Amino acid sequence: MSAEPTPGRARARMKKLGQYALLTVLAVIVLFPIYITVVNSLLKPSQITSTPPTFFPTHPQWSGYQQAWDQGHMGLYLRNSFVVTTIITVGQVVTAVLAGYAFAFLDFPFKRTMFVVFLATLMVPFEVTIVTNITTVSNLGWTNSYAGLAVPFLATGFGAFLMRQSFLTLPGELRDAASLDGYGHWRFMTRVAVPLARPAVAALTVFAFLAAWNQYLWPLLVTKDDEYRTVQIGLKQLQGLAIDQLNVTFAGAIIAVLPLVVLLLVFQKQLVRGLTAGAVKG
Amino acid sequence: MTAAVEASGAEAPGEPPVALAEPPRRRRGSRRARDSGLAMLLLLPSLVIFGVFIFYPLVHNAYLGFFRVPPFPNLPNVYVGFDQYRDVLTSQDFLDSLRTTVVFALMTVPVGIAIGLGLAVLAHQQLRGVGIYRTFFSSTVATSVAVAAVIFGTLMNPQVGLLPWMGINPQPPILQNPTWALPAVAVTTIWQTLGLTFILMSAGLQSVPDDLLEAARVDGASAWSRFWHVTLPMLSPTIFFAVVIGSIFAFQTFGQIDLLTQGGPLRKTNVLTYFIYTEIRRNDNGKAAVLAVALFFLTLLLALAQIRLLERRVSYER
Repeated sequence: MSAEPTPGRARARMKKLGQYALLTVLAVIVLFPIYITVVNSLLKPSQITSTPPTFFPTHPQWSGYQQAWDQGHMGLYLRNSFVVTTIITVGQVVTAVLAGYAFAFLDFPFKRTMFVVFLATLMVPFEVTIVTNITTVSNLGWTNSYAGLAVPFLATGFGAFLMRQSFLTLPGELRDAASLDGYGHWRFMTRVAVPLARPAVAALTVFAFLAAWNQYLWPLLVTKDDEYRTVQIGLKQLQGLAIDQLNVTFAGAIIAVLPLVVLLLVFQKQLVRGLTAGAVKG
Repeated sequence: MTAAVEASGAEAPGEPPVALAEPPRRRRGSRRARDSGLAMLLLLPSLVIFGVFIFYPLVHNAYLGFFRVPPFPNLPNVYVGFDQYRDVLTSQDFLDSLRTTVVFALMTVPVGIAIGLGLAVLAHQQLRGVGIYRTFFSSTVATSVAVAAVIFGTLMNPQVGLLPWMGINPQPPILQNPTWALPAVAVTTIWQTLGLTFILMSAGLQSVPDDLLEAARVDGASAWSRFWHVTLPMLSPTIFFAVVIGSIFAFQTFGQIDLLTQGGPLRKTNVLTYFIYTEIRRNDNGKAAVLAVALFFLTLLLALAQIRLLERRVSYER
């Protein structure tokens, strides 16, 4: 702040400037693929294929978005993704709260064994089970339906574990006091335990939403036509477009990513908590 | 009537001592009885899903592996015992696929963690406005595998002007090039997972006590030596976790391969999950099941390694 900076202070300022410069260069590199995608989605196809490339859209063309939305059915796919993702997220949170409550507050035979069974599900990647699950879903008549897309993911061992850990941090006297007030388990769960475990519920919600929204292999296997395809599968179709329609491909990628960008900007803290729950707790 | 009264009277004398000792346990016993019904009800939804979509397929897979699917449709499957397991698991295609999967994990996991850690350390400094950089570095967490693959795949299209302008123009084009296809998929994957790695590493850094670093600074340790001798050892649990999770993710890689290379060129990117997928598409469920069983045991191996490491960490902390 002083008019004549001392040599030490000048050096500190230089160092700080250097740090900002380094951070900025790295941020530009990390963000470049997204930036160039936005730019290309607004160019004429002929500009995308020209050299040198265009790094700023002086005359933005919105027709790529229009085509991705209409001919590319991205509007329909977005709706499907929202429906399926919402079903999965709500389902996962509900089953996790119920199971987590049982493990945290109830006393029952084979509790340890049951808990191990829940944790064991974490060791089975979904890819391992697809061969049989395709047949199961087809036998249930759920191929090409929201049920087929969502039901296999309505419960996770991770969610139950997260909720149990969170419920266990609540003081034990809380349950006793609620008992004296005549609260049964159901009322205690919905009025006391879940509201107090809100951070864990929020973290699980954001985490489940992200994972469900980004699913690729399973929707590819169980959807047969446009009616039930999700955004990620829609991208596969847009990727196969001709060279003179690449602006549509890029626009489709932006349409697919935009809802999550908004979600994560709003719920950044919850997401970080959800993603690091396993790592930090060990 | 009288007999009944007498009978209960006869019981009574023996009861008091027991009754005095019993009430707590008895109450607990009845609570346990009351709880178990409710517990079953609360666990049931999860157990049904796990049973139908995780545990049953796991067992059924192993069973499917005993049956060979004839090459022509409408013929019955043939029971061949362990023959199919032996044939598939010793086939050159499987060994190549396994090697590709491991090489892919080695390409993506260490580099990804190193970059994520580097960015996390840089963004951990006390600087005004550093929060915006944290948001930038974690931003790729919003992208899905499909989004990243479509972006990188289109940018790597040789007809798009960007790469030729940067002087990158191999023949055959990157994604059809046996040498460069797998590294190109790896770069896409590293970028897509960078946000997640950055978030994990940043959270780990938060747990490194500042006074420890300050003490090292007072002792005259350079920035590099503080990182190497203080930060890195303190971060080792986070790094182990990231390595295991990253490897498990890498072993499940599918979307990038399907969108960028379809296992080619010359099967050079035919990772295990893509191999399973192509066998399902060819309706060879027997072979797909054997491959899935192999994938399960590989993942289990990684998970057990993680548990071993965590156990060591616990004893270390004591």
